[in-house]
Amino acid sequence: MTNILEVQNLVKNYGDFQAVKGVSFNIQEGEIFSLLGPNGAGKTTTISMLSTLYEPTSGDATVAGYSVKKNPMGVRNAIGVVPQDLALYEDLTAKENLIFWGQMYNLSGKALSSRVDEVLEQIGLTDKAKNKVKTFSGGMKRRVNIGVGLLHKPKLLFMDEPTVGIDPQSRRAILDTVKDLNKKGMTVLYTTHYMEEAEELSDRVGIIDHGKLIAIGTQKELTKQVGETETLILHVSENEDPSALVSVLKGLPNVIVANVVNNEISISTPSAKDVLVSVVTKANERGIKIHSIDIREPNLEAVFLHLTGRALRD
Amino acid sequence: MLKTFLIGLKDLKIAFRDRAAIIFMLLTPFLLTIGMGLVTGRFSSNDNSGALNIPIVIVNLDNDSLGDALVEVFSSEELADLLDTTTSEDAEATRLLVDKDETTAAIIIPAGFTQNIFSENINQNVQIEFYANPSRPTSAGIVKTILDGFMARVDEMRVGAITSIAQLMISGRISSEQANTVGEEMGTRLKNNQTDLNESLIRLNTSINQAETNEVDALAYIAPGMALMFLMYTVSYGGRSILAEKARGTLPRLLTTPTNSMQILGGKVFGIFLTGTVQMLILIGATTLLFQLQWGDMLGVVLLVFAAVFGATGWGLLITAFAQSPNQVGSVGSAVMLIFSIMGGSFIQIDNLPGFVQTLSKITPNAWALDGFTSLAFGGTIASLTTPIFALLTMGILLFLISAFLFGRKNLVQK
Repeated sequence: MTNILEVQNLVKNYGDFQAVKGVSFNIQEGEIFSLLGPNGAGKTTTISMLSTLYEPTSGDATVAGYSVKKNPMGVRNAIGVVPQDLALYEDLTAKENLIFWGQMYNLSGKALSSRVDEVLEQIGLTDKAKNKVKTFSGGMKRRVNIGVGLLHKPKLLFMDEPTVGIDPQSRRAILDTVKDLNKKGMTVLYTTHYMEEAEELSDRVGIIDHGKLIAIGTQKELTKQVGETETLILHVSENEDPSALVSVLKGLPNVIVANVVNNEISISTPSAKDVLVSVVTKANERGIKIHSIDIREPNLEAVFLHLTGRALRD
Repeated sequence: MLKTFLIGLKDLKIAFRDRAAIIFMLLTPFLLTIGMGLVTGRFSSNDNSGALNIPIVIVNLDNDSLGDALVEVFSSEELADLLDTTTSEDAEATRLLVDKDETTAAIIIPAGFTQNIFSENINQNVQIEFYANPSRPTSAGIVKTILDGFMARVDEMRVGAITSIAQLMISGRISSEQANTVGEEMGTRLKNNQTDLNESLIRLNTSINQAETNEVDALAYIAPGMALMFLMYTVSYGGRSILAEKARGTLPRLLTTPTNSMQILGGKVFGIFLTGTVQMLILIGATTLLFQLQWGDMLGVVLLVFAAVFGATGWGLLITAFAQSPNQVGSVGSAVMLIFSIMGGSFIQIDNLPGFVQTLSKITPNAWALDGFTSLAFGGTIASLTTPIFALLTMGILLFLISAFLFGRKNLVQK
């Protein structure tokens, strides 16, 4: 398998602030690679450099053999970009948007019109082709946003958190679209802060935090890092303040990491059943009411927690 | 080049789908043109000539042929739509009417006017008093033009007579002793042959009427004034769309396609230019069709539109280059639109503005373009547009270069 993307020590500084700190990774042709990390981790900045929008402070990357620094036009011909925020002309129809963006990708004539029809079919908006984008729901707009990235049949598709802020149904549709595209041979670099998305879609995952790639590999390889560690999840009621409890739990034997996000206390432990009684006792002592308890097998959330001491959605 | 064109066309399409923009680009200037036309009486006359019915009073103390001829000229049917002429015998009372703003001007023909014109003393200075109302400079100017025309013809006849006598003397047909007699005979014949005199003065009459009719079509000034005022809105709107695309993310997205930044910016500029041109041409077409407004030489009008939009686009880009957000462009653009319209003559004729404002108006596309449009409307040719077109193109080029420099330092990618 050839590498369609090779990233070497990519750095991006904004004055004194280093947003991306020497990121390196490869993506093989035909795979879905997810960059998983919380908000502000550097995912969008990384993708912006790879799509030639920002110039790297140092380091380089090649896309289909073209350097982002030395041959940005070659890179732009090879990539499709689905940005995090919708980037469409709302006063134009879905078809007009696709035609315009297709023209910007050097498509024209019959090739353009037939490709536009294909993409409309692919995103399920053929019957809405002549409607202005501003009349669309959020999910439909997201689909047009994706469609624009597919027009010129790119070698590598960048999707920057494409499901943020949309309803579960539309989100489901987008995830299915990504899997469908990949089945047809599309290589995808997908960024997200949703562990479930990364788990569902990815062949390989790169975990990024504070501008650094802290782990990379298949899901199996990553979860092995946390060994047999299980995650005990306690759901407490909304008017409880569990932060004091979390501090106590951290000191318990067999508790590797304890963390709270909203009303969920996550505890990494080699054996959840061994710490369960102690955890519940401590909660009772502090008058914290527990609504429910989950025990989860090692997953990417656990990996992130293990590596950073924080939850993905802190 | 093609992508530049496509981006511009896309912007034109979007502009004409924006209802608020359509109202400001087309409907408002059109309605304002109608409004100001109604105020100036442009739509009230039957022949749509835009005549003003200027009130004047003539005091004929001469009561001889030339004095009567002057009264007849100003009271003629040919000038009936233009002038509302009354006569009086009291010069002082007439001057008072002017002072009280009850009439535009008083023409006081002194006693002995005709005699003095036809007298032996050819060097005698013969004067008619023209007492004008300072608060009606345009109307008074029109009356003075007619009066000057009359006096010029009278002088023409007098000089003609003197020249004829001189020729007769030089050719030896008459002697210097006979010159006086021949001169007196000529004068008497002219004086007595009222028909000849009136005919020549009536010809003057008609040609003045034709000239003044063209001059007083108020719409020929109002319509371009309003169109140019709202052209400044359009170029600000276009400039604002550059920052709006940055905020919306479509500009960064364009920069991830195989389209370079020059093509993108060029396309945005072309879009502004195209939108402004279409706006101007629609307004010109509408006023021509609906109000029979004569804009003049059509090729000249089109060239002037291109130049005016080019100059105005430069200003739109400069405002955008300094602004940090689309709203800022909108605010500053509106202010500039109003200021340029006032300074540039869209509301008040530039000639009636203070001297320093007239000088400052040179920085506005309004002033140069209005100069060109007025010239065309009053019969000017493309040659008369050389200065305004050159000024507008220079303005556009200079402003574009400054804006390009400023845009180069601006981050058009990050929100």
